[in-house]
Parts: sequence; structure tokens; C-alpha cells
Amino acid sequence: MAKKSTRKAYGEALVELGKINENVVVLDADLSKSTQTAMFQKEFPKRHINVGIAEADLIGTAAGMSTCGKIPFASTFAMFAAGRAFEQIRNTVAYPKLNVKIAPTHAGISVGEDGGSHQSVEDIALMRAIPGMVVLSPADAVETKKMVQAAVDYDGPIYLRLGRLDVPVLFDEETYDFQIGVINTAKDGADVTVAATGLMVAEAMKAAEVLAEDGVSVRVLNVGTVKPLDGEAILKAAKETKFIVTAEEHSVIGGLGSAVSEFLSEVHPTKVKKIGIYDKFGQSGKGAELLEKYELTAEKIVSVIKENL
Amino acid sequence: MADIKLLKEKSTQVRKDIVQMICKSKSGHPGGSLSAADIVTTLYFSEMNVDPKNPKMEGRDRFVLSKGHAAPVLYAVLAEKGYFDRELLGTLRQYGSILQGHPDMKKVPGIEISTGSLGQGLSVANGMALSAKISGEDYRTYVLMGDGELQEGQVWEAAMTSAHYKLDNICAFVDYNNLQIDGNVDEIMGVAPLDKKWESFGWNVIKADGHSFEEILDSLEKAKECKGKPTVIIAETTKGKGVSFMENVCGFHGVAPTAEETEIAVKELEKVEEILD
Repeated sequence: MAKKSTRKAYGEALVELGKINENVVVLDADLSKSTQTAMFQKEFPKRHINVGIAEADLIGTAAGMSTCGKIPFASTFAMFAAGRAFEQIRNTVAYPKLNVKIAPTHAGISVGEDGGSHQSVEDIALMRAIPGMVVLSPADAVETKKMVQAAVDYDGPIYLRLGRLDVPVLFDEETYDFQIGVINTAKDGADVTVAATGLMVAEAMKAAEVLAEDGVSVRVLNVGTVKPLDGEAILKAAKETKFIVTAEEHSVIGGLGSAVSEFLSEVHPTKVKKIGIYDKFGQSGKGAELLEKYELTAEKIVSVIKENL
Repeated sequence: MADIKLLKEKSTQVRKDIVQMICKSKSGHPGGSLSAADIVTTLYFSEMNVDPKNPKMEGRDRFVLSKGHAAPVLYAVLAEKGYFDRELLGTLRQYGSILQGHPDMKKVPGIEISTGSLGQGLSVANGMALSAKISGEDYRTYVLMGDGELQEGQVWEAAMTSAHYKLDNICAFVDYNNLQIDGNVDEIMGVAPLDKKWESFGWNVIKADGHSFEEILDSLEKAKECKGKPTVIIAETTKGKGVSFMENVCGFHGVAPTAEETEIAVKELEKVEEILD
């Protein structure tokens, strides 16, 4: 299976959109080579603003541009966008509902060698807590491209969570449809549901294949939009399958697992097993190696399902 | 030539509105609103190309009140300019009012950006100015910061961005009243020497008396003449200006005057009006 990082797909998508929509502008904070916005910079140098190593200023500048009709995409690492510039995002972007797209890369522990200081496992929780913020988390390159387009079409603040690591391309660009707030059923199944987001969708698909051999039918929900959560799809899965496993490259505190649990506990109490990071920081290592060490794998999904069937 | 007498009349009315609306709401920030009254009045009644009947007019000049706690001065000026019914001034900080404790662009016509959390306005102004440069528009962006606010690190991040991108379409004001909540700016966290700081950050620096309309107007003209650099006008001001018992009194940073105090303040300001007549 072909592999591509969501950050690269993001960089490519920006260039394509930049050609069509002259209001698209891109801002970066000295990480344009890593975030892949350098591609846009090369193509449209006047519409790419590098503010230097200054994430608070990055968000404020994007906010100002949006009030003048621009559609800014602001990129840095997730740690420094959602973390360092949280309050700028909260007060100067989300409070006035500005049309700013915060598109950080290097989310989660698959950042790898840079270590725990650079591995954001809290960003979904932080962004999800902000009133009105839309939180997107693509599973692959194709979904990323569709999300960038959807972000441009949507008027309001969006957090688009991207990764560093090359991940399998799961979907077909011709047929894949993404809509904000709609869960895509990546694979239908009748026994158990895995609701996954980001690179964990590919792991969930692998787990489903393994379990199929044992006669277990797994439904895989690709939760591209973590907020607003598609309650209909989650409720349907809760009613039609035995229990739900959530899988995310993020803390189990405040992320997708929390979102699903919060929702179901009110409308249809259902057993939810959460796969994610359990109140720990990341550390240095290879991205793939860390995913294994922190048990963010198809094997873990398989074992959790087997234990709970 | 600007009508100085008109500006004086307007700023006196604005001061009365500030004191009265904060008195009525029993909460708000009179000191820093009064210190900025002459600057904001000059911008809206002499300098900026804006249309209260069409607040989103294309090509309008932009104003960012970075020191958002001085919202009453902006509300008073916008009401006086005709952006909304001045009766609404009496609803400041009340439940359901468009006049929130700090400016909310979604609620009040004429407000270009919601502010209140200090240190962020210059970044936003940069975004507005960059947008103009990218699109080839010639509107100007004005931003008013407090002196205590300059303690926020983001201001200096933004100051670098303005200079780096040669944003000569930005004109910043520092309301240099030397008081912040906990005391004198010099004592809490000194920001001096402001002229040298801004100069070293690549800005065109103009010093002015922030209560002299002649000096404010003259500085604004000089700012427009300066090409390739952003301009900051360091406006020396008096916190609580115009109300004798509030002037240079730290306690009136965020404390509302009583009804009796408001009566005295309004009488003082009415005397100013009598002299103008």
C-alpha cells in the first residue's frame, strides 16, 4: 500500500487551492519545511507569511488577515499551536468565530525522535473544549486533501490535526467523500465497532482483517471530524454492535475516546474501551517504534476486542 | 485642517459618557478609557476613513483597541459617531447588552476585532495590514496599546513582524500613562525607554502629548509620510484625564465611580464645555 504523510498531502493541497482561490494565504512560524507549507511559499511567495519563531503572533496575524477576507491557514507543530498559542486561538480566533484554519503538523507521538517536548497528546482535548471549534483529524493523504477543501468551504475556525509520519493511503480520491461532521464507515461490521481517528484508522482496518479470520465482524468508523461528533453514526454503532473501541494517537483524557463516552453515556450507555495514551508523555524513538511501545497498534485493538467479546 | 474645537467638544462628550456608563454599570475601567479619549476621538473624527452607516465599507481604515479594557472609550466614540444608538451606552456590561465588558466584534457594529486579552492587538493589526499589502489596498490600520500591555511578550513578536514586512500602513499608539493595576508601570515592570525599544525594533518613533490634538494630528501626518517602516506614536497621557480626582490615581484603573463622584466628574466636564462655547 502506498504511503504518504498527512502533512505532505496538506502542503500539496494548499498549492492546488492557492491556484483556484486567491484569498487562501498561509502562515508559518519557521517550520515551513517541516509543515510542508514551503511548497505554497515557493508557488505564492507573496501569500505566505513567515512570522519567525513566534506562535502567538502567528495566530494573531492569521486572525487579522481573516477579518479582511483572507482565508488563512496557520501552521506550526501541534504542540506550539494548540499548546503555546491556546489562548490566542481561544480568544482571538474562536471567540469572534473568525475564519482561520489552524493546521498544525507533528501531532501525537509519531513525531518520533524529537521526543516528548514535541509530541502533543493533549491538543484534541484543548481544541475540543473551545466553544464552536471544529476539530478535524484525517486518516490518510486523500482525506487530508478533502479536508483542506472542506475547510476552505466552511466559514469559521477549524483545527486540522496533521501528522509527520508516512501512513498508508486508505481511500480512493475519486470516490472518497468527506463532509465536516459526518463519520465515514471505512468498513461495515456487525459484532464490534472501532471508532478511530488519524493514523489509528489504518490500524483499525488491519485489526478488522485479523479478526475476520477468527469470525469476528468489526465495523470501522473513521472519525475524521472529532468535533462536532457525528452522534448518529456512533449511536447506530452502539445499538447494532456489542461495544465500542475508540482508537486515537492522543491522550484518552479529552480526546476521541472521551467524546464518544460523553455522548453515549447520556443517550445510550454503552461499553467503550479506549485505546490511546494513558496519562503519559511521549519520548524519543522512531515514530513507528513509539506507536508500538505505546500500544497504538492493530495488535492492541485485536487484543482489546478479544478480551471484551 | 482639522477642527480642533470640534475634537475638544467630542472628546469631552466622550469623557462624560465614559464616566456615566461605568457609573451605571458599577464596573469597568475609567482610568485607561479617559487617558485614551483624545487619541480615539481624533482617529474617528478627523483621521480615519470610515462610514458608520456602512461599518463594513470596503477600503475602510481599521482600528484595533488592543487594550480592550478601555472598551468604554471605544463605545462612547462609536456611539457619538453614529454606529449605534447612544441609549445603549447605559447597558454597558449588563446581561444581554451588545456592550460587553471587553469589545466583541460580533455584537457591536464598527468593532474590527474582539479584544480584551492583552498583547494581541498588534498581531491582528499586522494581519490587517499584510492583507492590504497582498491585495494592493491602501487602507491604513491603527492600533492602540497600553503601556503596561507592552509587558506582554507577544507585542514584541508582533513588533518584529510589522518591521520585517515593512508595514508602513500601520500606525500604533502607546497610551503611556505609566499606571497599571498594581501600581506604577516603572515599579511593577519597567518598560522604558520606550522610544529606544521601538526604534531598535525597526519602527519609526514619534513622541507626542496624547492630550494635545495638534500634536496627535501632526504625528498622524508624519506617520503617513514615513515609508517602509511602521510608525509608533508614543503618546504621553494621564490616566483618568479630565476628571480631577481620577487623574493619576491607580485606584481608578478598574473601579467604577460612585453616583456622587460621577456627578462631580460630569460637572467638571461641563465646565470644559462652557469654556469651549
